[in-house]
Amino acid sequence: MADPDQTSIGGEPQLRFRDDTPVEEPAVTLDSFVAAGGQTNSNAVRLEAGDDARALLPHLDHIALVEVGFPTFRDGRGYSAARILREAGYKGELRAAGDVLVDQIPFMRRCGFDSFAPEAEIDAAALRRALDRYEHHYQPAADPAVPVWKLRHG
Amino acid sequence: MYQYDQHDQSIVDARVDEFRDQVQRRLAGQMTEDQFKPLRLMNGLYLQLHAYMLRVAIPYGTLSSRQMRMLGHIARRYDRGYGHFTTRQNIQYNWIKLEDAPDILAELATVEMHAIQTSGNCIRNISSDQYAGAAADEVADPRPWAELIRQWSTFHPEFSYLPRKFKIAVIASDEDRAAMRLHDIGIQLVRQDGQLGAKVFVGGGMGRTPMIAPEIGAFVPADDLMSYLEACLRVYNRYGRRDNIYKARIKILVHELGADEYRRQVADEFAHVKSLGIDPPLAELERITAFFAPPPYAADAPEGVDRSDPDFAVWLDQNVKPHQQAGHAIVNISLKPIGGIPGDATADQIDLMADLAERYSHDELRVTHAQNIVLPHVREADLYTVYQALADAGLAEPNLDLITDIIACPGLDYCSLANARSIPIAQKIATRFADRGRQRELGELKLKISGCINACGHHHAGHIGILGVDKKGTENYQLLLGGSGAEDVSLGKITGPGFDEDGVVDAIERVTDKYLQTREPGERFLDTYRRVGFQPFKEAIYG
Repeated sequence: MADPDQTSIGGEPQLRFRDDTPVEEPAVTLDSFVAAGGQTNSNAVRLEAGDDARALLPHLDHIALVEVGFPTFRDGRGYSAARILREAGYKGELRAAGDVLVDQIPFMRRCGFDSFAPEAEIDAAALRRALDRYEHHYQPAADPAVPVWKLRHG
Repeated sequence: MYQYDQHDQSIVDARVDEFRDQVQRRLAGQMTEDQFKPLRLMNGLYLQLHAYMLRVAIPYGTLSSRQMRMLGHIARRYDRGYGHFTTRQNIQYNWIKLEDAPDILAELATVEMHAIQTSGNCIRNISSDQYAGAAADEVADPRPWAELIRQWSTFHPEFSYLPRKFKIAVIASDEDRAAMRLHDIGIQLVRQDGQLGAKVFVGGGMGRTPMIAPEIGAFVPADDLMSYLEACLRVYNRYGRRDNIYKARIKILVHELGADEYRRQVADEFAHVKSLGIDPPLAELERITAFFAPPPYAADAPEGVDRSDPDFAVWLDQNVKPHQQAGHAIVNISLKPIGGIPGDATADQIDLMADLAERYSHDELRVTHAQNIVLPHVREADLYTVYQALADAGLAEPNLDLITDIIACPGLDYCSLANARSIPIAQKIATRFADRGRQRELGELKLKISGCINACGHHHAGHIGILGVDKKGTENYQLLLGGSGAEDVSLGKITGPGFDEDGVVDAIERVTDKYLQTREPGERFLDTYRRVGFQPFKEAIYG
């Protein structure tokens, strides 16, 4: 797994697992993006936890960044939003923002998130350990991990 | 029994390392208790009234003698010499030190055990029929399916922060010994045109708003099941309520949408999910099923039992059930001695049960949702020897499914959520009805006690249920009648004003007296109640 670029500039993602150039423009809300039929100047959209990620599916070609808000670490709707976008073929940046804790990032990576803007700083060493810890996963998700059943049966 | 391969073992070992890391960060002050809480909960560690409580998973209630001995060892080394078997077929230890928890998990991992997802808002340990693989009435052994679901649900990245906890049960008989339709998802294996598949019920549960799960999937083939469950869970994760913890279970979503609309949404999601290729091949179910092949039964096991010891005969009639293999029987070990704590066993008793399983039950034990233990495969010729060993250890109470075979939650003696004590009430009731002749005269009578509205003691599903509440600072006990967690599933109805501790025992006696006066030949209490209705019993209670 590639080492994340660590930055601590306000407003920038603290952790990014991509090599392309970050989107500079501020993200627009889902409502305004959909109201404009995807024809806005922005190619960055912000999804709140209760937003329907499927509303973005007709517009994925015009989007370079989707930021998903986590109002509290207990609110797990964003995990489904991420998988829905990746399952639909979205290749752009997918950022988890808000109350994101180090122990959640491995699950979020598996659901397709590839950048993180946590409210509180993430301990780099703890994150490194968390991301390297599990060699095997039982179920397929939105990451390239091969499920255990496939290792067993080819 | 299922045995780990290197993949299973590596996942459980990694979990031990992860939890050790989390505990160290917590003890070092790098995490707040609020941040640590969901992490420890996902590993079965609760902060209770007096200490930490650790809940260890016993997948579908099946374990080997070696695993059982490890449970005894943990009770002895890290607790106060006993453990408590739960209604989810798990075991909990009530006096655990946080700093010991990683070492306990490391010891468990050496016998292919863990505490993964035994609490928290995730998919919990999968429960099943305690007679699986031994019952005469099953269409197949449900445990391979339960194991398949266990693997799929373990560290599921999308479903680890659900609106609320999520419980799944799998059975394979028309007789329901696992309260299947009182689970978030209940699965009954059925045969259709010779093919085995899952009938899927969604949205059952107890708690403060008890509901019986409606059928959502009539027949889901094995190689569609993970996609189907993934669809069920995704609809819930996206649309289950998160604004109110008391309305966050899937039963509320299914109820508010209606079963038809929920079924439609699941069908839409399934059509999409099925295209992702997430279902393991049938070869994986076959691989798992091979582990659950019948044990090498003695082909010529003699049938028939010498009943000349009258105490043994009573135990035989009450606690021993027919087996699918000739010359064999299913032995139920009651953890409900009169005056004891329902579900508790000492380390010595745990070791003894392990020894008996090793010698007489093909190395297998089961935990039941009624908080008893089962030796599933005992030769009839060995029954008397097993009985004598159990009797010597205080484990031969002949009360299976009788009024003293009480399910009770830990209640206010341990639990930080409880409003009232449960254990002393269970002890008083058992003492009042201790006479064995009287218990047998009353017949099958399932009595279940919860110390608060969360219903861990299954009071809604009791033929007689008791709910402890806090009434202006004093404990008060409401009585419910007519519930059932079996195939004739129903929810109990509250009789009226509650009682104090002694009053509720008296009220139960008025109910049982009324039953004896009213019953027709062959009727259980529940049958009489359903025939004559609530009113005669209410009048008997309140006069």
